[in-house]
Amino acid sequence: MSCDQWQAQLDAYLDGELLADQMRSLDTHLRTCPACSSDALARVQFKRAVKTAGLRFAPSPKFRSQVHKQIADKPPRGWRFRWVLATAAIGVLLVAGLVTSYLQRQNLVQQHLYSELADLHVSTLASSNPVDVVSTDRHTVKPWFQGKIPFTFNLPDLQNTDFALFGGRVTYLGQVPGAHLIYQIRKHNISVFIFPEDMVQLGDRAKKERSFSVETWARDGLRYVVVGDASPDDIQKLTALLKSAGQA
Amino acid sequence: MCVSAEPPQFGTFEELATPLFAQLYNFAHWLAQNREDAEDLVQETYIKALRGFGSFEQGTNFRAWMYRILRNTFLTSRTGLRATMTVALVDEDEGPSVQATTDRQTPEATLIDRDHRDLLQAALEELPVHFREVILLCEVEEMSYQEMADTLNVPIGTVMSRLSRARAALRSSVQKKLQKA
Repeated sequence: MSCDQWQAQLDAYLDGELLADQMRSLDTHLRTCPACSSDALARVQFKRAVKTAGLRFAPSPKFRSQVHKQIADKPPRGWRFRWVLATAAIGVLLVAGLVTSYLQRQNLVQQHLYSELADLHVSTLASSNPVDVVSTDRHTVKPWFQGKIPFTFNLPDLQNTDFALFGGRVTYLGQVPGAHLIYQIRKHNISVFIFPEDMVQLGDRAKKERSFSVETWARDGLRYVVVGDASPDDIQKLTALLKSAGQA
Repeated sequence: MCVSAEPPQFGTFEELATPLFAQLYNFAHWLAQNREDAEDLVQETYIKALRGFGSFEQGTNFRAWMYRILRNTFLTSRTGLRATMTVALVDEDEGPSVQATTDRQTPEATLIDRDHRDLLQAALEELPVHFREVILLCEVEEMSYQEMADTLNVPIGTVMSRLSRARAALRSSVQKKLQKA
């Protein structure tokens, strides 16, 4: 390679922009060629001189302070927007977490209540004296509860239905007193529990609890829960009767 | 010597932009060629950059981004338009040519030291703006070719070509001034 060709690469060499093998080749040539090494030295000095000459202007302290004030403590809109988004996202996650946690806790509480009601239903029927007032007459059963529980309720007229009232008793669910009525249909016993609504928090729905059909609803501040091993259809019919009595 | 590309940069606008203030001002003054216009240019650059920082891709070359904004602001300013209108057209698509080297003055003639600073500054001032800026970005700001390409928004080949011609023009101008002196 001629010196002209080497010298054509000198600027890129001194700028540190040659490839490693090209650098090595030019290094080797510069060690053996006085003309090219002299040229390289002159260019290095020229570069240094340009750098020194180029560092010429300095901003005044006043101007520096003026611009700094404009940018200091002012996150750009993009960042501010990102912060708002991030904060909102954290907020949403927090609320979602709290809601999920609350719903899970509520679900556990409700599951526990359903289990207790199913237990009450089973244990009452297993007792030798399942009811304290034995009567098929709603006008006997309903007054019996007066003074025993802190609320009153209506019972349906069962004429022309397959249902029969067997009786009732005072029961407790988590220390809350309530009415426990027992109805019968084709030898199946169905428990109807009535509690103050604010003391027994259950969502309105039909479900299965340990193979029992369960129906629950709230009306006039009372929570009704129907539990029994009768068919869901019969449970629904008794539910409809009780609801219609509640409206009376 | 031009250095390799800047490492990726992260931080707030203030953290990234404040350390560049003095060098941006120096560059702006070289472009605008007077203090008042340079201050306007730097101020406008910082305002534009602050506004656009949301669109800056964190981790990429912030310095090149800032210089690009400053340069674009200059080119669209009255001073910048006037400066670029006086620039002779140069074929920049060619790579760095041997021609540029052969036009160069002899090494002895361009051997210049600090005593000739005024002379060199005058030669830099007289250079067409697109030569002046590429020389300053390389020699003063020590940008890599890639960083200069990012700043000037041109291919690396154009950077090399322009830099080669700018150096040749500067050496020639210095040589003439030395002869006059």
